[in-house]
Amino acid sequence: MKIDFSSQVPIYHQIAQSIENDIIKGIYEEETQVPSTTEISLNYKINPATVAKGYNLLVDDSIIYKKRGVGMFVALGAKKKLTNKRKKDFSKTYVKKLLEEADKLEITVEEIIEMIKGADGNE
Amino acid sequence: MNSIQVNNVTKYYNNNCVLNNVSLKFESNKIYGLLGRNGVGKTTLLNMITNRVFPTTGQILIGDEDVSLSQSALEKVYYMTEKTLYLDGMTINKVFSWTKEFYKDFDYDYAMKLSHQFGLDTTKKIKSLSTGFKTIAKLITTLASNAEIMIFDEPILGLDANHRDMFYKRLLESYIENPKTIILSTHIIEEISDLLEMVVIINDETILMNDSVENLLNNAYRVSGLSADVERFIEDKQVINIETMAAYKAATIKGMASEQEMNRILASNLEISKVELQKLFIYLTQEGGKQI
Repeated sequence: MKIDFSSQVPIYHQIAQSIENDIIKGIYEEETQVPSTTEISLNYKINPATVAKGYNLLVDDSIIYKKRGVGMFVALGAKKKLTNKRKKDFSKTYVKKLLEEADKLEITVEEIIEMIKGADGNE
Repeated sequence: MNSIQVNNVTKYYNNNCVLNNVSLKFESNKIYGLLGRNGVGKTTLLNMITNRVFPTTGQILIGDEDVSLSQSALEKVYYMTEKTLYLDGMTINKVFSWTKEFYKDFDYDYAMKLSHQFGLDTTKKIKSLSTGFKTIAKLITTLASNAEIMIFDEPILGLDANHRDMFYKRLLESYIENPKTIILSTHIIEEISDLLEMVVIINDETILMNDSVENLLNNAYRVSGLSADVERFIEDKQVINIETMAAYKAATIKGMASEQEMNRILASNLEISKVELQKLFIYLTQEGGKQI
């Protein structure tokens, strides 16, 4: 979990995004427990209401759910749901920014394609 | 009920007005930051809430009881003062048992546990403690009081980074386990800004602001870039601060950027960023600072 306190993104959003990232990465598997709001609040010294607000976003999207008296768990199908959502946003979040920066630096689309092919081959 | 209601309170010291017709509510079970520059009457307000100083006019209620008339209202509050009021010759152990006399929910075992964690030797006398450990002794007594309302005036005076970190964690822990109304009056804003839910700012004898941290921060943004571009952008905006360095300019603007303005910012090569609580506080309370 990573929180950037100087970021323009509100802390509660970052908390939700962080948990989502960790679910996609497989740190929190489906049907396993995510950190409690108390753990996050104490670890990062964040007001518990802020943490709860972030968790509510995830509950509303059915990414996590509450097991009474136990804690918060990753919902079944959460990972698939998140990867689908991120794939949909990929063009908006990454490709658009890439093209904007390329435009600033006067890099052509052909050059970008060459770079992508080169980077992919280097892996 | 552990809310605090301040109704039309005015306070004069001799002919000097400190607070002028101030009304505000500290809501139940929230963590407040009480901010203001030196000498604006933060401690005076806290002293009046705890009936140590009396308003010239006006009234203060805890729950629905007037603090000047009700002992039971005052017993709900533990007030950690900036000055150390324990007798110099008292040992920490004595301070704990003495506090237990006045606060029946005082948790002696918890106080001992915290003392161990903070490295405070409870057999020592108050007068033999360093500034930092005097603060620690007061913090521990406050946390262990189990009061429904905890007020901290300059709670981190003299504390090193480790002790500050421990204090913030123990405070949150206590708040999560037993929700209570907490007021932190401090000048170290940056460190506590994410701990707070609400902020009260006192300036020029009145309450400049009483709002959630979130609302406050959402209501300002900073735009920076080439001077001429920034100036064009802020023409029709309410600007609360400007920094200029050579051809670079950064302006802090009141309000929320609309989508249209966001697009304008991106299209004109400007950068947008959020304003930190501490910076916002400085802008709002500086000489000739403007209301947000």
